[in-house]
Amino acid sequence: MRKFRESLIEKFILLNGLASILFVILIFFFLAKDGVALFKTVRLSDFLFGIFWDPLAEPPQFGIVPLFLGSLMVTFGATAISVPLGIACAIFIGEIAPRWMREFLKAGVELLAAIPSIVIGFIGMTMMAPFVKKMFSLPTGLTALSGAIALAFMAIPTIVSIMEDAISAVPRSYREGSFALGATHWQTIYRVIIPAASSGIVASVMLGIGRVIGETMAVMMITGNAAVIPRTILEPVRTMTATIAAEMGETVRGSDHYFALFAVGMVLFLITFAINLIADAALHRERK
Amino acid sequence: MSMIEVKDLNLYYGDFQALIDVNVNIDRRKITALIGPSGCGKSTLLRTLNRMNDLIDGVRITGSVIIDGEDIYREKTDLIRLRKKVGMVFQRPNPFPLSIYDNIAYGSRIHGIRQRGELDRIVETALSRVHLWEDFKDRLDRFALNLSLEQQQRLCIARLIAVTPEVVLMDEPCSALDPVATANIEELMYELKKDYTIVIVTHNMQQAARVSDRTGFMLLGRLIEYGDTGSVFTSPRDKKTEEYITGRYG
Repeated sequence: MRKFRESLIEKFILLNGLASILFVILIFFFLAKDGVALFKTVRLSDFLFGIFWDPLAEPPQFGIVPLFLGSLMVTFGATAISVPLGIACAIFIGEIAPRWMREFLKAGVELLAAIPSIVIGFIGMTMMAPFVKKMFSLPTGLTALSGAIALAFMAIPTIVSIMEDAISAVPRSYREGSFALGATHWQTIYRVIIPAASSGIVASVMLGIGRVIGETMAVMMITGNAAVIPRTILEPVRTMTATIAAEMGETVRGSDHYFALFAVGMVLFLITFAINLIADAALHRERK
Repeated sequence: MSMIEVKDLNLYYGDFQALIDVNVNIDRRKITALIGPSGCGKSTLLRTLNRMNDLIDGVRITGSVIIDGEDIYREKTDLIRLRKKVGMVFQRPNPFPLSIYDNIAYGSRIHGIRQRGELDRIVETALSRVHLWEDFKDRLDRFALNLSLEQQQRLCIARLIAVTPEVVLMDEPCSALDPVATANIEELMYELKKDYTIVIVTHNMQQAARVSDRTGFMLLGRLIEYGDTGSVFTSPRDKKTEEYITGRYG
């Protein structure tokens, strides 16, 4: 009887485990079903390499390049801001701050993660965009740079909290060993602790990027929403996510436009999937 | 003259007094063993010799520790120079998660040696000294944490030797090792005695009897007895020492 119960419970847990994989597969097929339908009327190369996104033109243009570059520019900018800040912050919290301050700062960083992205969008729109406009004397402050700054604030909590865990998990014995050889605190940090925590550090950066690339509402509010190929980071852009959110409501179900948005979603899915795979590989890296 | 002179040393962890009026002279190029039951303060005493206790919050120390004529508890002591001169081997082997080469070169690099040729020479000398060179000379890029525990402990000793210390402190260096590995490390200590002053803390009385020249017995923060290993083990002056080494407690 007990054996039977055990095996029942095991099967139930197995089912739950498989369910999450099943959902991912189902979501992908759902995306692919409608996304692939686009390529009955639009050539794949026109979609992937087309440099105009204009669904209302005659004939409609579904080139993903401006959207992809928009996402890339915002993500790249946000990464360039959030990674150095995040690393510095995590090292300070994990290694340097006295204990009382550590608890205080950790709570603060986690609170930052709890801010709804729409609120960051508000702040970006009302404070940051005018600031960027004035700073660089631009016609509009709603630019890729403004979006990148706002998104950096969303990535920092993810980066700091995972990275700090990785740094705290470095065994005390490494620190002692290093100090006992006459190393300074800083030498110990960058020669022993950072290499020892490197897989967690890479994973935290990848997950931070994953968060940024998938973000929608804030970028829609701040980046200016112009689906053109940007030449500098000080121009308005439109990301893939913002395009889907802005246009989905206006499309006719089953139209080319509708299918094109699904195709964009598919590309986005593949990108985040790849980023998560890299993060996972970094976390479970085997050493020779 | 002794290498290390400890005078009237008292150490407190907060309100708890872990060392009480310790006085001891440690001889140059000899092996000195500190024995005693758990919690007697032997590791704490060892850690005062290179100021590793500084890393713990709430430690207070009075008295003096004079190494080579210098009181290391003076205000202006250079901790980096001190720890370069007085190195430490820990209970659990703690190689860094780097390659064998980078482990050995670590100390030299942090003390400013950059030339590849010189580092190569230092690595070879240090690894030869602990008998790892022949086995690993073609595999210096191996990840250090994949070695056996004995090899890891040898590597840690080599890492220490590479910065040319004068004193080597060993905090139960064999407690994580099997008997064969223990015997090998003990033999290594014996070889190293020619060039280094070694202080070893051990649980294992037979080990102290085998390797050391001088033995100190500690109990509840006091150094109860200190003398030549032979006489401490065969004719202890203090009753408590006798009871401990005959296995009455501990």
